[in-house]
Amino acid sequence: MSDLMNLTLAGARDALRKGDTSSVELTEASLAAVGASKPLNAFVHDTSEIAMDQAKAADARIQAGDAPDMCGIPIGMKDLFCTKGVNSQAASAILNGFKPEYESTVSQKLFDAGAVMVGKLNMDEFAMGSSNETSTYGNVVNPWKVGSDDLTPGGSSGGSSAAVAARTCFGATGTDTGGSIRQPAAFTGITGIKPTYGRCSRWGIVAFASSLDQAGPMTRDVRDCAIMLEAMCGFDPKDSTSADLAVPNFEAALTGDIKGKTIGIPREYRMDGMADEIEKLWADGTAMLKDAGAKIVDISLPHTKYALPAYYVIAPAEASSNLARYDGVRFGHRATLDAGDGITEMYEKTRAEGFGAEVQRRVMIGTYVLSAGFYDAYYNRARRVRALIKQDFDQVFADGVDAILTPATPSSAFELGKDVSDPVEMYLNDVFTVTVNLAGLPGISVPAGLDAKGLPLGLQLIGKPWEEADLLNTAFALEQACGFEGQPQNWWSA
Amino acid sequence: MAIDTQTAARVAKLARIKVEDDQLPALAEEFSAILGFIEQLNEVDVDGVEPMTSVTPMRLYRRDDVVTDGDQPDAVLKNAPDAREGFFAVPKVVE
Repeated sequence: MSDLMNLTLAGARDALRKGDTSSVELTEASLAAVGASKPLNAFVHDTSEIAMDQAKAADARIQAGDAPDMCGIPIGMKDLFCTKGVNSQAASAILNGFKPEYESTVSQKLFDAGAVMVGKLNMDEFAMGSSNETSTYGNVVNPWKVGSDDLTPGGSSGGSSAAVAARTCFGATGTDTGGSIRQPAAFTGITGIKPTYGRCSRWGIVAFASSLDQAGPMTRDVRDCAIMLEAMCGFDPKDSTSADLAVPNFEAALTGDIKGKTIGIPREYRMDGMADEIEKLWADGTAMLKDAGAKIVDISLPHTKYALPAYYVIAPAEASSNLARYDGVRFGHRATLDAGDGITEMYEKTRAEGFGAEVQRRVMIGTYVLSAGFYDAYYNRARRVRALIKQDFDQVFADGVDAILTPATPSSAFELGKDVSDPVEMYLNDVFTVTVNLAGLPGISVPAGLDAKGLPLGLQLIGKPWEEADLLNTAFALEQACGFEGQPQNWWSA
Repeated sequence: MAIDTQTAARVAKLARIKVEDDQLPALAEEFSAILGFIEQLNEVDVDGVEPMTSVTPMRLYRRDDVVTDGDQPDAVLKNAPDAREGFFAVPKVVE
């Protein structure tokens, strides 16, 4: 692997500006690393021709002195983002062959900033999963490995996390509905931020649960996240929930000075049966923020326990509605019909063939909780509980807390192929992250250490709405204190 | 709440997903497990709490009621599994 790929995104930007390298050179190095990463199964659609064209254009811009931070930087794009003329399938067989006639707002913003797309990235089907095993392309493999078993890179943005951790690109887009940026980031020793709901336009991102979905960057470190997030954010009239707010210079906020900040430690996140090493990581992180000058306070978020069950009503309900569009009429797969089959058989066969098991399960759960007689008992009750969960956060922020520190995940990356006959067990992966989506808050996962097996673990910081800059700075201080420099051994391109 | 196979079949029908009869018992069992998990929500006192409609206290963006896009039937039909003469084609709907 070329040494160029060991640069951070910020390092690559600086090298480009100084003329030490070119975007073409970086892109060739990235594409070579992508090509050598086949055993990881992170990249699922080749966009190398587009990448080389974008790299040449970026080099011209850099020479002309018109180079935003992302200009010339090779990145990966989650398959959930619609990219014009390029397969965009949300890792689902029902979107086989789908090539959008339009570009998602976030990918367009990245391209306008000069970013280079080196490929589309694997994920859980329709972003429904925590292990990347529900993908129609097959699972991604975590570049981190202990022993002979392959580990999950997390999900749903597992292709993104693996691609960045394996240093095949300088950053990747992710999306996060219940933890799908933060959990895979934690499992692969990288950094990922889900911004405040409304910061990134959802237009052109295949919808899962519209009131929870947010895009965000996944990168090697906090500075890189700040740079890439800034390019992805901004008001978009095509998304009615997009926030008409100015986007600050996130990188400029990274002073590392958190003196006088108040960090809340929520007691409800100390779960029964929590692994000792997770508890220790959390305590160490707390001590580090204290040493950096922050004030530590114990806080209570009393409805935490009900976040996962509320999520597993709201997310499937919205999914059942959003996924109604996959009917075999306008795009993607249509089942071969038998003589005499009418339109209902077409819908039913198409959706049975096109959706994987987990997607079918969630669509049907969503259908059930929205059906006549159950709407109030399940859906409206869950939305009321959601309001209470948000009030918990509003209260602690009103009491003067600037950010909240929690573990990112209940464990390190687990083995692929683990028995998941009980779907609820897989859902527990999101226990620390899902509250943040329900409350619409920004959350960031920072790699903080290794467990006894030598696998990365992450800590999560949760910030106030629209205060990503402050959150990134706190994360920057935590990153500096943790000094995490772990990197997976390259076994995949040997 | 335990879900029986009849309910599972009804939900599959509502969701327009074909499920073979022999798959229904397993599906009903999965639904029961998930709904059992969801039922914890009944412990919460939600009296007087309005169901959340918007996570951020903002008015949805409004635009002028004018045509902003359109007149591109080829692009709209480009990905259709079956498009004919400027239309999406489906099996016969009206008997």
